[in-house]
Amino acid sequence: MSKENNVPALDLEPDTPTEQTIEEIVASLGDTVGETRVDNPKMSVSNVDVFYAEKQAIFGVDLDIANNEVISMIGPSGCGKSTLLRCLNRMNDTIPICRVTGEITLDGEGIYSKETDPVLLRARVGMVFQKPNPFPKSIYENVAYGPRLHGLNRNKADLDDIVVNSLRKAGIYEEVKNRLDDAGTSLSGGQQQRLCIARTIACSPEVILMDEPCSALDPIATAKIEELIDELRENYAIAIVTHSMQQAARVSQRTAYFHLGKLVEVGDTDTIFTNPRHELTENYITGRFG
Amino acid sequence: MNNESQDTSATVSDTTEKVRKSLGKRYAREKRFKLFGVIAIVASLSFLAVLIISITIRGLPAFKQTFLNLDVTLDADTLGVDENPDEDALRKANYNGSIKNSLLALFPDVKKRKDKKALYKFVSTGGQYDLQAMVMADPSLIGQTINVWLPVGDDASGYLRGHIDTSVPEKKRRFKDNQITWIEELKADNKVQTKFNHTFFSRGDSREPEMAGIKGSLFGSILTLMVTLALSFPIAVATAIYLEEFAPKNRWTDIIEVNINNLAAVPSIVFGLLGLAIFINFFNLPRSAPIVGGLVLSLMTLPTIIISARAALKSVPPSIRDAALGLGASNLQVVFHHVLPLAMPGILTGTIIGMAQALGETAPLLMIGMVAFIVDVPTSLTDPATVLPVQIFQWADLPEKGFVEKTSAAIMVLLGFLIAMNAIAVLLRRKFEQKW
Amino acid sequence: MLFLVIFILTAIAYVLGRSRAATLRKNGTLMHSLPRYYGYLTAIYTALPALIVLIIWSVAEPTILKKSTMGTLSAEVQSLPEGERNLVLNDIKNLATGGISQSANDSVRTAAAAHYAETRDRSRLLKSIAVILTALAGFFYGLKKIHSNTRARVAVERAIMIALIGCSCIAIFTTLGIVLSVLFESLRFFNKVPFTEFAFGLHWSPQTSIRADQVGSSGSFGAVPIFAGTLLISAIAMLVAVPFGLMSAIYLAEYASSTVRAWAKPLLEILAGIPTVVYGFFAALTVAPLIRNVGESIGLDVASESALAAGLVMGIMIIPFVSSLSDDVITAVPQAMRDGSLGLGATKSETIKKVVIPAALPGIVGGILLAVSRAIGETMIVVMAAGLAANLTINPLEAVTTVTVQIVTLLTGDQAFDSPKTLAAFALGLMLFVTTLILNVIALRTVRKYREQYD
Repeated sequence: MSKENNVPALDLEPDTPTEQTIEEIVASLGDTVGETRVDNPKMSVSNVDVFYAEKQAIFGVDLDIANNEVISMIGPSGCGKSTLLRCLNRMNDTIPICRVTGEITLDGEGIYSKETDPVLLRARVGMVFQKPNPFPKSIYENVAYGPRLHGLNRNKADLDDIVVNSLRKAGIYEEVKNRLDDAGTSLSGGQQQRLCIARTIACSPEVILMDEPCSALDPIATAKIEELIDELRENYAIAIVTHSMQQAARVSQRTAYFHLGKLVEVGDTDTIFTNPRHELTENYITGRFG
Repeated sequence: MNNESQDTSATVSDTTEKVRKSLGKRYAREKRFKLFGVIAIVASLSFLAVLIISITIRGLPAFKQTFLNLDVTLDADTLGVDENPDEDALRKANYNGSIKNSLLALFPDVKKRKDKKALYKFVSTGGQYDLQAMVMADPSLIGQTINVWLPVGDDASGYLRGHIDTSVPEKKRRFKDNQITWIEELKADNKVQTKFNHTFFSRGDSREPEMAGIKGSLFGSILTLMVTLALSFPIAVATAIYLEEFAPKNRWTDIIEVNINNLAAVPSIVFGLLGLAIFINFFNLPRSAPIVGGLVLSLMTLPTIIISARAALKSVPPSIRDAALGLGASNLQVVFHHVLPLAMPGILTGTIIGMAQALGETAPLLMIGMVAFIVDVPTSLTDPATVLPVQIFQWADLPEKGFVEKTSAAIMVLLGFLIAMNAIAVLLRRKFEQKW
Repeated sequence: MLFLVIFILTAIAYVLGRSRAATLRKNGTLMHSLPRYYGYLTAIYTALPALIVLIIWSVAEPTILKKSTMGTLSAEVQSLPEGERNLVLNDIKNLATGGISQSANDSVRTAAAAHYAETRDRSRLLKSIAVILTALAGFFYGLKKIHSNTRARVAVERAIMIALIGCSCIAIFTTLGIVLSVLFESLRFFNKVPFTEFAFGLHWSPQTSIRADQVGSSGSFGAVPIFAGTLLISAIAMLVAVPFGLMSAIYLAEYASSTVRAWAKPLLEILAGIPTVVYGFFAALTVAPLIRNVGESIGLDVASESALAAGLVMGIMIIPFVSSLSDDVITAVPQAMRDGSLGLGATKSETIKKVVIPAALPGIVGGILLAVSRAIGETMIVVMAAGLAANLTINPLEAVTTVTVQIVTLLTGDQAFDSPKTLAAFALGLMLFVTTLILNVIALRTVRKYREQYD
């Protein structure tokens, strides 16, 4: 895959009126509806703009991510939800033309500041990707990869413990305990995704970002992952991007609705789904577009 | 382990600390790794630079040639011809004698046999052929004294170019002290001049470096490539069309495909063995002939052209085929009227690259005897001939300083052709590149 | 000449065939195909049989002439061994073509030559007549076939299809030709020299002398030193090419900005496009003396045609080969793989070393195998920069020889074709072909499997 292909698709709403520029539409959306801030946030996004070369993909977003809570980001495709998620652990650094302004903090420290190291940041803010992407190694090696890199274990027994615990927390241990030496790619799609979650947990992150983690999975595997996300909430701050409103309703406590790179509305999941305040949110939730 | 309290995964601050501690080492490793990459590229490119620069420095002087101005008296006595010589007599006349006389006339006090011999070496033995050509074109020159510029011999021209180290004791030097005095004298008289070396481009091979040229091998290369192109292009295109457009997916086509891929990686010298055993020994085709060279090279370039032609055909979108088929064209008409023209730029690019490969190929041609010493410029496909790379190979083996220059110069010409061909291929690709 | 006649007849056939079909069409006959297809068909009927006759005749002619001429010679000559018989025949041929011959006043041979010339001329005349008659017959048959029932387009297309299939079989014939030519001569060689001596013998000196009573006339054909030399030089080449090629590929694929990539890649490819004879010249004239001087300055004894010089330069030549193949497989590793690793907090080099390279390994290994096969088969560099002496050594500073060098030296001298010396070259060629074939098959299969994995 060539580097040009990493850029997430920027296809905007097909029915975008051609007379208006995106900037004008975004300006017409007004301020974000709802409370963007929480008490004691784990991560905090303030006035963030993201550009791919000249194209602006995110417009002045403010958002907090709280401990022990799942926040879901929803919106039509191309609304910038994945882009924002990738900013939270600086995965966008891998795209040369991507530029981020504004401030994002983790425990009050700016993650784009000079002092923050992206490697350390990514160890603390883990990420689970849209398509399960286990390494072409054994199940054990997949999970042990992160701890080994970061030197989290003192010895082999330590590492074994980390691997087993991570697999257990990801709810996949029972299924794979007898074949830890099999290739990670030999698992089914749902198992692979849980393996990837175990792999992320093994680095003992503080925040877990999930980019449409179930979009490549069947309903049964999806249910298992959703269950898992709910359990993980006890120990981690979790942000999940999803295109399924049902999923957002099932797993998250708070929901943020994005449109054309703008955070339109944010609030308690129940409120958003039962009583949206912004017209666009309502349209989206009632299925008029998206 | 089955107890939550035994959870060994580190606490939050613990993890951060451990990661932070590991960072210094890891970034050092990162830097080192990246540096290796830079070194690898820089080194590879410097190899290229050294190669090209060293050859250019060696080869540039060969494009110049040093000439000596002489008044040559073409009297019939010295030449050994009678009043009305026929062509044969003119060809066999003793032009060397005239040259020797005129050299002696310049230095009347040279008397000793050994010194005379040293003096004679000032003019290349090729000088007599220049005179021969002049006289044969105009026999009335006999009896006259003409002023001519004749090529300087190898040692003298080496000295004039500074290749001879005068600090070496005379005995160990090819160019002696008295020769140096003479040549300096001639130089002071403005009788020595360096001009563009036409000989290099207008003559065939020779045993004398100052008379050797690349015309023969260049023509050999052109003839050989003509055969190669005429054979490999149609056959490769036909094969590509069949495999890409019509071949059923079965064992047989699979074998053909694997076969072609393998042939592309067979060492070129093996094709030479094939040519020797089959074309020369079995079919009794003449040795050293461009036709055999072309046959061998076309078998060798076939896979290259086939593979690129298939890629070009594959890149034509199926929608075009569907559109033509929908209008009632037959399968063949679709291919020949629509697909092939669209794929042509890609096929031509591949063909040019294949031809460039064939132009630079040496080993298989050695096998079929194109390595003979051939002075004449070949004019037909069955004439004995050699090609440019083989000429380079032959000259590279010769010890004379002049041939080192000639070899490098011939390499420069060869590389010039290759660069031109590749540039055309790149331009073609740029110009006709279509995004579907 | 005959070609020209056939060509002209074919052209006439096309024009007549087309105009005749056009006339029919104009007169209201419902034709199956467009007129020009009838033209093509007539042309094919004219040219194809004539060409077949021409080719068969031309191939058969020399053998028949030979037999017929031999028949006129005495039994004594006929009982000569094949080699000498051929010499006699050549002599006669020379006489017949008016060339110079040592035996111009040998009456038997002159008579034979006259017979030869006469038969040849008669054969040529008959050939011309036969070919032209066939062409004309085809031509009239083709014209007669022009009517509404003939599906000219279908017939023409079938002919083209057969031609296409024929062309695609040439690749098979080439391989077959290689195998047969090398195999037959090798078998003849192994008749004279046992295979075990060739494969396991430690001494190689193929210089058979001309007179049988000279010392060392038999020559010895133990090829082990040659195989060892080939491996030594290839190993040195790979030691240069693999690290440099692989690291270049990694840098270009993972680190380099698109501008650097756009410049460095084509520049590297230039290295691959330089003819090997140029590398050979460079190795012999620049690198070998350099290594020798450096070696001497630190007190090492370096042969002037050291394996090191040839190996180094060959390695340089192979760098772009390794790098472009590795570049392809590295860029084929899905970005998701890299994201997964980076997302866990791996540095770029950790990601490359622990995820990208392991994932790309099969492809890289395949590429390296192809490179090894190329190194083993490389000829000009070693011919110009490596030695002729078959030393059995692993010291890279000594001179060794390789399979390809031996093939070239054995076959470029003036030697009778069936001496063990020339046949040995074919035996070496067989070894070379088989080895590279095995390497290529394994490599191509590995790369193909790897490609399928990520497609």
